Amino acid sequence: MPAAMIEVEAVVKRFGSTTALAGVDVAAEQGKVLALLGPNGAGKTTLVRILTTLLRPDGGSARVGGYDVVADAARLRSMIGLAGQYAAVDELLTGRENLELFGLWYHLDKREYRLRAQDVLERFDLTGAADRQVKTYSGGMRRRLDIGASLIARPAVLFLDEPTTGLDPRTRNDVWRFIEELVATGTTVLLTTQYMEEAERLAHQIVVIDVGHVIATGTAAQLKAQLGGATLEVRVADPADLDRARVLLAELGSSEPRIDRDEQLLSIPTPGGTALLLAAGRRFEEERIALDDLGIRRPSLDDVFLALTGAATTGAADSIPAPPDEAATIR
Amino acid sequence: MTDATAPHPSAPPARMTPRTAARDTAGVAKRNLIRIVRTPRLLVIGALQPALLLVLFRYVLGGAIRVPGGSYVDYVVPAIFIEAVLIGGMTTSIGLAEDLKSGIIDRFRSLPMARSAVLAGRTLADLSRSLLSLAIMVALGLLVGFHFHAGAGSIIAGMALVMVFGYAFSWLYAAIGLATKDPETAQIAGILPFFILMFASNAIVPVATMPSWLQGFARNQPLSITVAAVRALLEGGPAASYVWQSLAWSAGIFIVFFTIALRLYRDANS
Repeated sequence: MPAAMIEVEAVVKRFGSTTALAGVDVAAEQGKVLALLGPNGAGKTTLVRILTTLLRPDGGSARVGGYDVVADAARLRSMIGLAGQYAAVDELLTGRENLELFGLWYHLDKREYRLRAQDVLERFDLTGAADRQVKTYSGGMRRRLDIGASLIARPAVLFLDEPTTGLDPRTRNDVWRFIEELVATGTTVLLTTQYMEEAERLAHQIVVIDVGHVIATGTAAQLKAQLGGATLEVRVADPADLDRARVLLAELGSSEPRIDRDEQLLSIPTPGGTALLLAAGRRFEEERIALDDLGIRRPSLDDVFLALTGAATTGAADSIPAPPDEAATIR
Repeated sequence: MTDATAPHPSAPPARMTPRTAARDTAGVAKRNLIRIVRTPRLLVIGALQPALLLVLFRYVLGGAIRVPGGSYVDYVVPAIFIEAVLIGGMTTSIGLAEDLKSGIIDRFRSLPMARSAVLAGRTLADLSRSLLSLAIMVALGLLVGFHFHAGAGSIIAGMALVMVFGYAFSWLYAAIGLATKDPETAQIAGILPFFILMFASNAIVPVATMPSWLQGFARNQPLSITVAAVRALLEGGPAASYVWQSLAWSAGIFIVFFTIALRLYRDANS
């Protein structure tokens, strides 16, 4: 049985009268990625800060690699790496100087930290800028250096607090690839994110957290299954065709279609994949019903997220990126 | 995938020994020394402040101030030496507040390094700034007519006393930086103890000219004691009593503010 590297039991954290974490349980096995997903202010960062010994919990218990975050804090620190949303590397130092100092502070000997700094620079594609001050780096280079610095001691558990927030899509992809490679070698990763796409791509387990509570746990597929399966969506070009289209869809499908008259949109569950889509396409053509759109829509993790966090997230909705285009659409 | 970043399955958690703590501290000091060297403008402006005060007291106000026995320049320059290292110490509070704000202190606190290393490394590195500032003030002091009257040993002891006092005070400034958590606030807060100790003292005018209710404080507060000790050492007069009192003040200030600063660091951002 794989070892549990992160164990969080009923952790409570209060700041004055606000409860940031109201009894949270989380677990991650060795070599897996656990994503904490939630809107701003959900408590994600607070949990990361507790697990990296920066904050003491007010209740419950938490262990990383078997070490208690309070009682064994000193030993715990030598087996973790932390990289944050704000790249906490020194701007006036060069990339290499930053990495070597982190190596020293992880108590590696000089020969070892020099070698490893060089390794990290190569792996993170920073050799060309190694001896330049970090203030000349781009945002993406800083973030890579920041993550690199957290890896210098080859930590068994890596904490990444919104590692790709504010990065361009290409750099985001690079960071994702690094994380995947790292996990392939056995590192356990806990990452917080607001991006569904990130959680879906990287995480073996997703914990959705909102106002200090865990509101759902599962794989991306499990979470999506909670919202039901795929639906066939039809948008008619002429509103006058709506009722004909409804009758036609009802004949093909197994239930009554849903109609959104304002959007001229009809939808019906399609458990059988694309068979219904193809049949519908043929029938609409035979009946000469002009369509604007016809496609299968699967619930995205965004839908899950919005459904789960509901009204509480409306304030943070602007920070949620557009869902990836998951519809298999024939136009 | 190279093994560059593969986890150590059996990394034995290192025990914190005085040796490891010293190595951690040296690492932090190195970081801050590099920062000092790479921001020469800050270094120059830092040295400019006490230089301005020196010129101000020597030429603008000095003519109006009478001191018993001896010239005003010999009276005020030793005080300017101490003021120079205190101004150097203020950069400690600003620097720590900046580190706190930028998130790098959080990063440091997640590392297995000694708890005291970030603060000790910072104060030690800032000591180099104070030393440079002091050297500039000595040169400038001689230029505006200051004279050493004592022997070399006594002069070196005087300068060492200035540095010891400045180092003890840098822990007060460390505590201010960690408590204010913001560079601007740290800067303003840091000026307060400096003003009180500098002006309600024997540094610029003789205490005898002050109202009697102020004289007790002005005569016995740590900066006055240290100024008296340094004056005596540089003049070549009997200094031992003031020197011991000054060292005792420095030790007390160091112990109290080391403890406070370390506690503030441990609980930073929590």
